[in-house]
Amino acid sequence: MDVTQLVQQLINGISLGSIYALIALGYTMIYGIIKLINFAHGDIYMVGAYIGFFSITAAHLGIFPSLLISMIVTGGLGMVIEKLAYKPLRNAPRISVLITAIGVSFFLECTSMYFVSPTPRTFPPVFENVAFHVGPFIVNSQQLLIFGITIVLMLLLTYIVERTKTGKAMRAASYDVETAQLMGIDSDRIISFTFGIGSALAAAAGVLVGVYYNSIDPLMGIMPGVKAFVAAVLGGIGILPGAVVGGLILGVVEALVSGFISSTFRDAAAFAILILVLLFKPTGIFGKNVREKV
Amino acid sequence: MHFSKKSLKLMGAAIGVMMLGTVVAGCGSDDSGDTIKVGASFEITGNQANYGSAGYDGLKLAIKQANDAGGINGKKIELVEADTKSEASEAVNAATKLISDDHVKVIVGPMVTANVMAESQTANDEKVPVIAPAGTNPDVTVENGKVKPYIFRSCFIDPQQGTVMAEFATKNLKAKTAVLYLDSSSDYSKSLGKVFKEKFEAAGGKVVMEESFLAKDQDFKAALTKIKTANADVIFVPAYYEEVGKIVKQARELGITAPMLGTDGWDDPKVADIAGADALNNTYFSTHYFEKDEEVQDFLKAFQDEYGHAPNVFAALGYDAGKMLVDALTRAGSTDPDKIAKALEETKDLRVGTGTITMDPKTHNPIKSAVILSMKNGAKELVAKIAPDAE
Amino acid sequence: MKYLRTNDLKMLAFALVLFAVLQGLITGRVLNSFWQLNILIVGINIIMSVSLNLINGYTGQFSLGHAGFMAVGAYTAVVLTTNFHVAFLPALLAGAAAAGFLGFLIGLPTLRLRGDYLAIATLGLGEIIRIVIMNIDHVGGAAGFKGIPHKTTFVWVFFIMLFTLFFIKNFVNSKPGRACIAIRENEIAAEAMGVNTTKYKVMAFTIGAAFAGIAGGLFAQCFYLINPLSFTFMQSFNYLIMVVLGGLGSITGSIAGAFVVTFLSAALASWPEFRMIIYALALIFLMMKRPQGLFGYMEITNHGIFRKILKGGRKHA
Repeated sequence: MDVTQLVQQLINGISLGSIYALIALGYTMIYGIIKLINFAHGDIYMVGAYIGFFSITAAHLGIFPSLLISMIVTGGLGMVIEKLAYKPLRNAPRISVLITAIGVSFFLECTSMYFVSPTPRTFPPVFENVAFHVGPFIVNSQQLLIFGITIVLMLLLTYIVERTKTGKAMRAASYDVETAQLMGIDSDRIISFTFGIGSALAAAAGVLVGVYYNSIDPLMGIMPGVKAFVAAVLGGIGILPGAVVGGLILGVVEALVSGFISSTFRDAAAFAILILVLLFKPTGIFGKNVREKV
Repeated sequence: MHFSKKSLKLMGAAIGVMMLGTVVAGCGSDDSGDTIKVGASFEITGNQANYGSAGYDGLKLAIKQANDAGGINGKKIELVEADTKSEASEAVNAATKLISDDHVKVIVGPMVTANVMAESQTANDEKVPVIAPAGTNPDVTVENGKVKPYIFRSCFIDPQQGTVMAEFATKNLKAKTAVLYLDSSSDYSKSLGKVFKEKFEAAGGKVVMEESFLAKDQDFKAALTKIKTANADVIFVPAYYEEVGKIVKQARELGITAPMLGTDGWDDPKVADIAGADALNNTYFSTHYFEKDEEVQDFLKAFQDEYGHAPNVFAALGYDAGKMLVDALTRAGSTDPDKIAKALEETKDLRVGTGTITMDPKTHNPIKSAVILSMKNGAKELVAKIAPDAE
Repeated sequence: MKYLRTNDLKMLAFALVLFAVLQGLITGRVLNSFWQLNILIVGINIIMSVSLNLINGYTGQFSLGHAGFMAVGAYTAVVLTTNFHVAFLPALLAGAAAAGFLGFLIGLPTLRLRGDYLAIATLGLGEIIRIVIMNIDHVGGAAGFKGIPHKTTFVWVFFIMLFTLFFIKNFVNSKPGRACIAIRENEIAAEAMGVNTTKYKVMAFTIGAAFAGIAGGLFAQCFYLINPLSFTFMQSFNYLIMVVLGGLGSITGSIAGAFVVTFLSAALASWPEFRMIIYALALIFLMMKRPQGLFGYMEITNHGIFRKILKGGRKHA
């Protein structure tokens, strides 16, 4: 094991992990408020990438306006999905909502496959990707950008949740929707807002990933969706810094396994780490052990 | 929690109507006499849909041309489509539907080897000829050394490409060491890797490292960083274009300068879009045709006119399969499956989209030439043309 | 007890009549091979959904790795029949044993987890199983296992399915089954009442996995070729959909769920572009209208017409 490769693998891992983290942030926010594993999150990320793609190629906008448009439109889409598909099930068993989420996921995948064709699209080069050579190591500007955006968003969201009035309402609703309602909080509006934010985050991730890897397709959300879910659970689902730490750990584990063991078992190792962590900390790294009462 | 009688009845009725509807539809669609029904079984949904839909586009173009030219002895070809959902068991299901419900005379597709392999058993048992447009594994048409009488393919097979690239690496590039980077979820990739390794090591080279990835992966940097440490003369990546584009891009970003070799899965304009022209310098791949060749111009133009974009290799292979089918149907002069199979077996010097093919009756593999292309500043360049070997 | 037994006999008689009718339709070629194949698939899916229901619906343990156990059963069975020429039934049982044993090994540590944490852990385990199979070249790796003889027939599927239904129904109505239901309703309360929760959770998990293994063996010998792509987590989702659509904790529901999902897919096969879109919309719509699933906790044997027949039977008995 040589040190140069180790450091480069850590860089690779953190860069991959910050993408997982970016998707996991939205996952964990939505989970935090209504305890729903939103399996459609990965597909919302895909829709975000496509909206960004079309506003760059068809409307000839720059990357930042496109990012913004994509976040707004996708955030709206998230709110619409919540209203149409999840809200009628507010009092239904949680597993029914989960099945609805799977249904929404299939729906988004198949309709976009029908409308934009399953052929992958490539993003035009929207901004220069400069590679920095630090000694024998290579980092590029897009990796730094994604990492930076992830950290900034995490801090921003933590601020919103911990310090603002809306955030307070979100926390109240996440403890108990009905009681929050009794205390004068419009829970429905808060849940809808959370879906909007979560979906906008997914859209941001979608556009950035589209630019970074330069290719998007209608099924691009499935694996990152599952990985982001793994990341969120690893960190303790519902906890914002947990999602970022979980994502980074997952990315680094994948990179190290690929680099020093075998790339064949990369995904198996990622899941194995998850299971091991859960066995020792059943609610994830940052999860609090909630005592159950009868 | 009580079930109202009404909803129970409603549900029962709905299910009943659904079943009845399809059974009746199945019975009603018997042979009408003025069209020839051809099954088009492709990966329309699921994660191989980009290959399936491209192949289907190619096939549709070939059939449209034939129908516009008056059809087969006065009869039009009618395509009946079915979806394999990108999964082997669903491919069997789709083929069974085409055969028993739609009564098709011959099936084209699916593209992906495992799917067409699963389908081939059913079709062979039911005596319905199949043309596999892209199933490159030798076992698609041959089982335990015996050819499956109703199964044909219109593309070359894995060993041919693997051998060609291994020879190219040792002779032209004077490579001594190689790294294999394979898609471990793809039969195509793994079997090409195996052949390449065999031939490359037989010629005195050494495969120093084998790494793998999974279809639909986005990030390849970890494995590529490891590959970089091997410092091999060539890197062989037999895979499909979506991943190839990203692999080449990320490899060059990490400063890997060694030549990268590939196979026909690389042959798509998307590779250059994803990887960028600079990254693709010093890459070589084998494929079916060179876009500047005289004989492929008609096909390229027709495809461009029909769909508004250039075909990729899957579309070309789908088109070839369609051409082969039209030719065989014309010569068979009947929709009797045995006659169609015999006509397919006798395919000789047939001009298809990507060149000329002759069927080898012993293996049902076409004898077909291949080319090696290199990428220079985003444009393809012909490096070598390999005449078909009558193996 | 006597009531139950007559009940069972009536259901058995009903099942035999159904079998005779379907077999008649098949032998008489009234159903073409497409519908014959789909009847086999329905049978296999019923075994899968009923066994998953035991874990998810009756014991309340959220498992998303059922396709992984199916894969273990499938590969074990085909390796035995194809490479070692073992007879069909012993091979199926070996597949069941392998899947069950793996379920036991995996269940023991992971069933400590709860709810969504268990869900993601089982999803991960299913994927690990699949990745491992994909890298065993002896069983064909990614390419899949080829040349499997077509041995699954309607008779096998039907009677194994019937056995599964009766086994799981009787298990649920037995003492361990009641313990499982108690765990679902409230794990801590169950524990306080002296139920050994770990034991019964692992028991339900093992039984569920073993039946998934049998279903895998039947599935594999239906299609000539199996490959790891048939056992992804998407497939596990599919079985979960059948269970929830039918109603968690209802065997009738699981049958209905398997039936509806399979036939919806077959009936829409002529419109491949829209098939999945319609399926997705139907799923969302059904969940909205009946969030507890088609049958909720109901069994058809407790309902109207059946109850009348069964009660009538009791009077005569």
